[in-house]
Amino acid sequence: MNLLSHSVLAAGLPMAEEGAHAPVIAPDMGAGGVFDLLWLVIALPVLGAVLLLGVAPFLPSSLRAVADKHGHLLGTAMAALSFVLSLVLFLALVGRDAESRQVGQQLWTWFETGSLTVGMDLLYDQLAALFLLLITGVGTLIHVYAIGYMEHDPRRRRFFGYLNLFVAAMLTLILSANFVGLFLGWEGVGLASYLLIGFWQHKPSAAAAAKKAFVINRVGDIGLSLAIALMFATFGTADFGAVSELAGEASQGTLNALGLLLLLGACGKSAQVPLQAWLLDAMEGPTPVSALIHAATMVTAGVYLVVRSNFIFDLTPVAQTAVVVVATVTLLWGAILGCAKDDIKKALAGSTMSQIGYMMLAAGLGPVGYPFAIFHLLTHGFFKANMFLGAGSVMHGMNDDVDMRHYGALNKAMPVTFLTFAMGYLAIIGFPGFSGFWSKDRIIETALAENLIIGILALIGAGITGFYMTRLMLMTFFGEKRWEKDVHPHESPKVMTVPLIVLAALSVLGGLLLFNDWIVTWLEPVTGHVEHHEPPLPAIVITLIITAVVAIGVAAAWFLVGRRAVPREAPQDVSFATRAARADLYGDAINDAVVVRPGAALVGGLATFDRVGVDGVVEGGSSAVGGLSTTMRRVQNGFVRSYALSLLGGALLVVLALLAVNLG
Amino acid sequence: MTEYVVLSAILFTIGCVGVLTRRNAIVVFMCVELMLNACNLAFVAFARQHGNLDGQITAFFVMVVAAAEVVIGLAIIMTIFRTRRSASVDDASLLKY
Repeated sequence: MNLLSHSVLAAGLPMAEEGAHAPVIAPDMGAGGVFDLLWLVIALPVLGAVLLLGVAPFLPSSLRAVADKHGHLLGTAMAALSFVLSLVLFLALVGRDAESRQVGQQLWTWFETGSLTVGMDLLYDQLAALFLLLITGVGTLIHVYAIGYMEHDPRRRRFFGYLNLFVAAMLTLILSANFVGLFLGWEGVGLASYLLIGFWQHKPSAAAAAKKAFVINRVGDIGLSLAIALMFATFGTADFGAVSELAGEASQGTLNALGLLLLLGACGKSAQVPLQAWLLDAMEGPTPVSALIHAATMVTAGVYLVVRSNFIFDLTPVAQTAVVVVATVTLLWGAILGCAKDDIKKALAGSTMSQIGYMMLAAGLGPVGYPFAIFHLLTHGFFKANMFLGAGSVMHGMNDDVDMRHYGALNKAMPVTFLTFAMGYLAIIGFPGFSGFWSKDRIIETALAENLIIGILALIGAGITGFYMTRLMLMTFFGEKRWEKDVHPHESPKVMTVPLIVLAALSVLGGLLLFNDWIVTWLEPVTGHVEHHEPPLPAIVITLIITAVVAIGVAAAWFLVGRRAVPREAPQDVSFATRAARADLYGDAINDAVVVRPGAALVGGLATFDRVGVDGVVEGGSSAVGGLSTTMRRVQNGFVRSYALSLLGGALLVVLALLAVNLG
Repeated sequence: MTEYVVLSAILFTIGCVGVLTRRNAIVVFMCVELMLNACNLAFVAFARQHGNLDGQITAFFVMVVAAAEVVIGLAIIMTIFRTRRSASVDDASLLKY
């Protein structure tokens, strides 16, 4: 089993030794040709967002009605054009020599103070190319789907403007050639997610969820911004190229701090424990938004950050270990949540958390894992978008009911949705041959080779994945009808099912990326090459074990859910474990106890100090002056003779003082 | 020499007590004059003792100022008496009315 060290490596690539420095990023700035249009990939969705959000509201009312009616077409066209351009760029990149597949573009100097210069520079390499295709490709499909899903929403134009903004921010994040530009996209993604999660702002729960996502993301952003500040302080620059070159010279403490701060940032965006609480609440947004957040953008940003910063993480085992621990906890945490949720979108959200945990786990394993993290990210992007959009299609047919206990027997009513969803289902549980099988198999295998305990935990996670996804399938599409009275499930329109079919095909075929180890070879110039440890068992045995564990999970779901009648109301006399999982493993309670309540106490204390201490000094001073002047006022009584007396007294005092000085 | 100073002190004290105790504005006024003249006496006496003219000149200044002050002061007292029918300083405890 030595697939990793396939010698299909292009000759002349720097062959890093084990534990050696990650490849230096040195983009070709004068590539010319189609690469000069790199900026356009971002500019197109930006233009869409500007037109739909910035220009359309100020048009005269007749034109605005046209914009409201057809705005979604513009938004979708921008995303599609961006995808076409990404595809052209990708083909152009494939056409270049293996050694020169890093292309840069300098747009303008963003800001310059003293010795600090930050340029608005773009970097297009093998990693960015894959992300670009995923974001614009899946993003475009979600745009198309949303045309149908949001058809009756009066604010559809605005929705598409936000979607374009989201895609543009994510593309900025991916294409930027320095951490500052990445941070710009990072914040843009946070803003767009806030706007979209809270899109139905008339629902208090949606508004609260948007705020929660925004605030928790800010915590992660603190980590990223501190990391950037530390880079400026240490290296004097935040360019990927310069930092990847200088990283080896920094002290171990600095590198550890950088790695941990970047991990904090990644935790916020990628909903890793302990910053995971926002993800399930984010389901309040319209379903296309959930698909966009979970598949193409947002949560993948943390994985991208870790893989992109490989030149830092490779040098700091401390941070790598932290990444692995966080990822392992998250993948189990998310899987457990997925088992107990009756809300179809929340169950899927739990599974996203879990799958992102797999990606982070792979990313934490270092150069052996990076390609598999990205591979799983891509396949997950396909099947998770597929399933979220499928869930949206189910909700569309069920009058926006999200409770799986009110579903059942939908396989006949919605055949296309059922079949496409089934493809996503088989992919996520890792049914042999489907895309998720290849990607998850590789991650668990690598984890087993690196650390047995982590590998076994990841294996257990795979079993739980099999359980909760089967439960979701059985409750939604099989069993007896448990529909509400006035519900008449129907298949969704073509505009929604076609994206589902495309994504289902990708979910099945995504594994082709691993054909002949293509993705590993492709990403090697970015992630660096390293000999992996030999796994404890032959690869084929590991694959069989994983498949067996998944089969146990599926069988457990069949016996526990499939063979019994599903009650329409969630049973309340359940075990402690179920109650804990229903309550998000007390994630909110932990946040409350650890952060919110001490924070509130601190703020309360500060407010009291402000009222008693600061205000006390100020107000006490003024009332002392006031009291004194009230007393002094009595002296000013208007009687001339009392004035004369005080005059005399004063004069006497002066005389006495003079005498005392002269005689003393 | 001492006699002059003692006389000056006695006159000043009488004037001072008068200012503080009497209510009639005219009497208060006269007492102020008494204090001024006590000072003048002291000035002149000390000038004589030192053998120069400084004190005498100052005494003239005081007289000039006192004369001017009497003019204005009496005018004010007259006005107050006309409006209030009283020359008591205690009655004029308010600037208005």
